[in-house]
Amino acid sequence: MNNDLALTESTYYILLSLYSPQHGYGIMQRTQELSGGRVRLAAGTLYGALNAMCDKAWIVQLPVEDGERKKMYRLTERGLSVLRAELARLRELVKNGEMILEGQSNERETYCLEGVPGLGL
Amino acid sequence: MNERRTVWKVFPVWDFEKEEQWLNEMALEGWALVAVGFCRYTFERCRPGQYIIRVEMHGADDGYIRFMEQTGAVYIGRMIQWIYFRRSAELGPFDIFSDVDSKITHLQRIGWSLSMIGFANLLIGCVNTFSVSRAGILNLLCATLLMYALGRIHGKKESLQRERLLHD
Repeated sequence: MNNDLALTESTYYILLSLYSPQHGYGIMQRTQELSGGRVRLAAGTLYGALNAMCDKAWIVQLPVEDGERKKMYRLTERGLSVLRAELARLRELVKNGEMILEGQSNERETYCLEGVPGLGL
Repeated sequence: MNERRTVWKVFPVWDFEKEEQWLNEMALEGWALVAVGFCRYTFERCRPGQYIIRVEMHGADDGYIRFMEQTGAVYIGRMIQWIYFRRSAELGPFDIFSDVDSKITHLQRIGWSLSMIGFANLLIGCVNTFSVSRAGILNLLCATLLMYALGRIHGKKESLQRERLLHD
């Protein structure tokens, strides 16, 4: 398990949706709701991701109760720490993006390409 | 009973997206896919645009079909390893894959199946051609066609992997 790798957007939202136990369709709805309708998980993608996350023990399947046909999933402690590590990574991305793009001190150096010989511009 | 209609049509394996597109055009014209067979498609009258159809290669897995059905999809049928689903268009857009990774995995699954069948044909073809009969040539032709299909699927996969370098 390599926790240094970035999570995909789907993985991140699936884990977030599982902060409280959910079934498959619930995860799809929760993700859509959290992202304001932007991220729509498709069922095939979700199914593959849930199996992979169970293998990694980031989530577990809850025991199926009588009369309940839908499988429920829950985040594990390991899954929670993966999610926290990703949040820290995302904070770093946002912080650096803001510093460079919105900071006052960073005047962007622009190059004038027309004057460079040999470029034919 | 609803009006029914059967259409025979051949799609090469690398054109599964075109097959899906055609099935959706039929649905838009008011013909919903209700059964599949070998190159045979059975349709039933529906409201134009009532359904969205999706096709996927997936091994036998009842758990998967149940999972799909819980998201509002209806399992139509299976042809070898290809499974067909439809979902009411009123439930919103319907896709099986929503990210590049899972699309790549799907193409890998198709590639793997083609390699297995292709390899088997190559083996049988070689044995038959050099020992028993000349019928082995048919297997060799099959193997060649399957290798070509594998190449087409591989091409699709590579273009997705290039996209994957820049996008999630």
